[in-house]
Amino acid sequence: MWDYTDKVLELFYDPKNQGTIEDNHEPGVKVSVGDVGSISCGDALRLHLKVEEATDKILDARFQTFGCTSAIASSSALTEMVKGLTLDEALKVTNKEIADYLGGLPEAKMHCSVMGQEALEAAIYNYRGIPLEAHDDDDEGVLICSCFGITDAKIKKAVRHNNLFSAEQVTNYVKAGGGCGSCLAKIDDIIKEVKQEYEKEIASTNSVPANTKDSTLGQQKPLTNVQRIALIQKVLDEEVRPVLIADGGDVELYDIEGDKIKVILKGACGSCSSSTATLKVAIESRLRDRISKDIIVEAV
Amino acid sequence: MLKNCIYLDNNATTKVDPQVIEAMLPYLSDYYANPSSMHTFGGQLAKDVKKARENVAALLGAEESEIIFTSCGTEGDNAAIKAALLAQPEKRHIITSQVEHPAVLNVCKLLETQGYQVTYLSVNSKGQIDLNELEAALTGNTALVTVMYANNETGTIFPIEEIGARVKEYGAIFHVDAVQAVGKVPLNMKTSTIDMLTISGHKIHAPKGIGALYVRRGVRFRPFLIGGHQERGRRGGTENVPGIIALGKAAELELLNLQEATKREIKLRDRLEKALLEKIPDCEVNGDVKNRLPNTSNIGFKYIEGEAILLLLNKHGICASSGSACTSGSLEPSHVLRAMGLPYTTLHGSIRFSLCRYTTEEEVDQVIAVMPEIVEKLRALSPFKNDDAGWLKQQEQTLVNR
Ligand code: FES
Repeated sequence: MWDYTDKVLELFYDPKNQGTIEDNHEPGVKVSVGDVGSISCGDALRLHLKVEEATDKILDARFQTFGCTSAIASSSALTEMVKGLTLDEALKVTNKEIADYLGGLPEAKMHCSVMGQEALEAAIYNYRGIPLEAHDDDDEGVLICSCFGITDAKIKKAVRHNNLFSAEQVTNYVKAGGGCGSCLAKIDDIIKEVKQEYEKEIASTNSVPANTKDSTLGQQKPLTNVQRIALIQKVLDEEVRPVLIADGGDVELYDIEGDKIKVILKGACGSCSSSTATLKVAIESRLRDRISKDIIVEAV
Repeated sequence: MLKNCIYLDNNATTKVDPQVIEAMLPYLSDYYANPSSMHTFGGQLAKDVKKARENVAALLGAEESEIIFTSCGTEGDNAAIKAALLAQPEKRHIITSQVEHPAVLNVCKLLETQGYQVTYLSVNSKGQIDLNELEAALTGNTALVTVMYANNETGTIFPIEEIGARVKEYGAIFHVDAVQAVGKVPLNMKTSTIDMLTISGHKIHAPKGIGALYVRRGVRFRPFLIGGHQERGRRGGTENVPGIIALGKAAELELLNLQEATKREIKLRDRLEKALLEKIPDCEVNGDVKNRLPNTSNIGFKYIEGEAILLLLNKHGICASSGSACTSGSLEPSHVLRAMGLPYTTLHGSIRFSLCRYTTEEEVDQVIAVMPEIVEKLRALSPFKNDDAGWLKQQEQTLVNR
């Protein structure tokens, strides 16, 4: 028997906000649904949100869960937590906060809170009509855990975002490795790979300005144009876009002319003029930080 | 709660029979001598141990000299497998089934890493093996066939003697894990093809920490626990005298009660099963209902998850068990139900009710009274309602394609 907190049991025995939200096409209100999980793994969650369009405020949240005690309690907690928040605020809710709301979850059940957070993201992306890049890449990449159908992309993401350092932790967060266990060694390799990439990034970040600005210094060759574009793309993909996507927006690299980098702002980022300016600055400062302090970002 | 619980988890473990406790108690206090000692005190205990051994032998239809006391079913299984392989070092092939207890399955997996070839026989949707598949797998290189008598999760009984007859044609050793079957079905080693058979005390109302292994006379046996000359040199270690006395008493009671208890359990089990299937839509019995232990009923309640069912049952003081991933400690649902190819909708919501001779009609009726409400409550939470639901269908499809 799992060791559950009183709060988990309370929400399990008497779940709040269970059920669906029907879309009655009320003016000014939109209903959105987010699905995550899989019946093969024994848990799945469908989250329904009712949002006031003018304010982006979540008026109501309900859930349907196929899952165990902690999945039901996590879903119930999530709906309680997000009611009354704006979508941007809701997107900041982390799986850790869901677990904290419950007074903690057994380590091996942390994936239930992750599922809650993912369903929330899915529902909000659906609402905003933004394709689920963050989730889509889960299905790309190499299949690592065939027991749970989990790819290296998803594992890498979990490792990066949660700073995981052991295969056991990966299992608790995304289930990979929790079946036959034959993929555990591969998960170890992925963790190692992510750490190496991270170290390399730090090293290359430090060496890039030297390369680009003064190629005569040291033994390193300057970056070719192709390398430079690849590096900009990499920083955008790995450091900038996840943050924007989480806030309902996105960015695409459009063109590069010397130090001038042209980007297209998408989703929520593209719609309002003040945020465009802020974002331009935010992206610029990250690229200056990582690549060259002379970079200028322009939104087209 | 603990005292008044409705205990329908007897395939996990059983309550120790009060008569068993009474029989063993003096051996925890006054009769503490070592049965191997030369003095009269020890000698008396050796006689008591012998009597217990006779009782266990009687339950199995075996000779007293064919019984080795062990610490548990796991030890019995491990010892039998190791003995069979050591006795025929030239043979490197083992046959078992996909639905064995981990005490067999995990030993076989380890042996595979040590150069043995293992065939894991598949099972059909009822959890039954195919004798043709067994026949095709048997070769002159097969050292051991080790299968369970009856499955702990579904109660499905394998056609043991038909398996044994084929095994004997190829000269392999035949080991049977009868931990779940003993005391529930009549056993007679005298007319059987079984070479070795494992039993465990705590499944037949003896305490935990005692078991026995039957080894047919003439089967070469090398000890798993190497030490002194106890158990005719086949298992070192000072005897667990209170445990042995308890197992002896438990065996005596099982033999005495077998027929009547079996009839009662079948009646109660069928009453439970029939009522649940009638009152609750979308559920089905897992396992081979024709060849099944009298006390076991494994029912899959579609679209909901087993751990949640268990916790709600627990609130009503009812103890049962589930094959769902969330109760297994790992993240995978029961390997037995998976091997049977059950759809995931049923698999995760499977509950095992296992009865014993103490189970009463009132207890069964109590389960019948609360289960429909529990299932309804959880189904109201579930996003899956029927097999046609788009999301569910899409998911099952992805699994097929994978
Ligand atoms: S392949 Fe990952 S646990 Fe089996």
